[in-house]
Amino acid sequence: MIDRRGFFRLAAGAGTASLAAACQWDGGDVVRPRLLDVSRVNDWVSEKLLYSPTRLAREYASAARTANVPSYFISQTLPLLKDPTAWRLRVDGLVRRPLDLSLDDLMRMPRTTYTVKHHCVEGWTAISTWHGVTVAAVAERCELLPAARYARFASFDADYSNGWDLASAMHPQTILAYGMNDNPLPPAHGAPLRLYAPTKLGYKMTKYLVSLTFTDKRPGGYWEDQGYPWFAGI
Amino acid sequence: MADNILHIMSDAPRPLVKRHHWIVRFTHWATLVLLIGMVASGLQIYGAYAKFGERGGPYYVNPFQDAGFPGWSRLGGWLAGGLNWHFALMWGLVGVGLLYLSYLVASGEWRSLLFRRRDVRGAIAMQQYYLHLRKDHPPQGKHNPLQKLAYTFIVLLGVLSVLTGFAIYKPVQFSWLTALFGGFQAARYWHFWAVWVFVGFTIVHVVLVFAVDPPSFKAMITGWYRGRFPSHD
Repeated sequence: MIDRRGFFRLAAGAGTASLAAACQWDGGDVVRPRLLDVSRVNDWVSEKLLYSPTRLAREYASAARTANVPSYFISQTLPLLKDPTAWRLRVDGLVRRPLDLSLDDLMRMPRTTYTVKHHCVEGWTAISTWHGVTVAAVAERCELLPAARYARFASFDADYSNGWDLASAMHPQTILAYGMNDNPLPPAHGAPLRLYAPTKLGYKMTKYLVSLTFTDKRPGGYWEDQGYPWFAGI
Repeated sequence: MADNILHIMSDAPRPLVKRHHWIVRFTHWATLVLLIGMVASGLQIYGAYAKFGERGGPYYVNPFQDAGFPGWSRLGGWLAGGLNWHFALMWGLVGVGLLYLSYLVASGEWRSLLFRRRDVRGAIAMQQYYLHLRKDHPPQGKHNPLQKLAYTFIVLLGVLSVLTGFAIYKPVQFSWLTALFGGFQAARYWHFWAVWVFVGFTIVHVVLVFAVDPPSFKAMITGWYRGRFPSHD
């Protein structure tokens, strides 16, 4: 009985799958929410079972750098600050000491430099050198409260933002980068300050940063809210 | 007289024998449906960056470089949709694969499917038969040695697909696995090529079923077989 009924279900499934393939189906109103549910399960597996907070991404020699690394932004035109000297990174949320950090403030903190491979969700990879200050160092400076479980990174590139789990944000290779390939961070790559982490897919690395907010509620993000995997740790 | 008896015997209806357990039939057809979904969503994902190699090249040899696969062959509509289908169907395909392998082990049926060293001689004989270098069909059990080779190979291809997929999914956490396949881009490359081997296997598989042993198609649906080959070793 099981198998006969199973076969009917299979036949229906096969029909649906071919139809689905035929129209590049995203699942529609019925299946798409289920796919997103599974994506949350995969986030959980990735974060809780497959992620090591101490495992470091491989570093490369600077000679291995990729010549032309593509970049993108959401705004119609390249996001530029009207007055770069007035720029501050706002650090707030579940912290004892909210901060407004200038680029000089960040540059005076201990600097982390590495040459790593960038993995884009599209499938391309490129090697670059980045330098900046670890998010962990900023968290220490603002005196993070124990209730904090997530970090939200917001930008001045339209409404682009990302939500991160705290463990990934505190990873020793997760930095607020103000330099690329030994030079100041170029506007195309998120000047004056961007998030960088070789342990995440590129779309998790917020560029054109304006704020870092620690919360106890999982923040969404620009691509994540449209269906891309939220955790995106690699 | 003896000729007569033989004649009668060969014309007599062959016995109907139970050939495939429902687990084998279920996992067989479920694999087909899930694999179609995995390939279609995979082609959607491939379209986001249709080449292999570090940005700026050099790129791996690939006849499909920069190719856009037709809409009917893709599932998901856009990259995120393709990814979500791929990472959801993945659970089904791995689950079905593990169910199938567990059944083979528990039932002992792996013995009639696993290609082993002693099957080499028989495989050569079968190949000679197919190339008309030998007239008579070599005696066989449930599966001939070439079938064993094919069914062992396809399981290994499934394992390769899962491992290369994992190497692409977590290239930092499982960097040793990614390195084993030659790095992230090489793992993508092998993951992609596994697709075409699966597709080629399926075409040859279907052609052989209908050309050599059509009753085996019915057997994979109902479980019962009435054909020219033995159903048990």
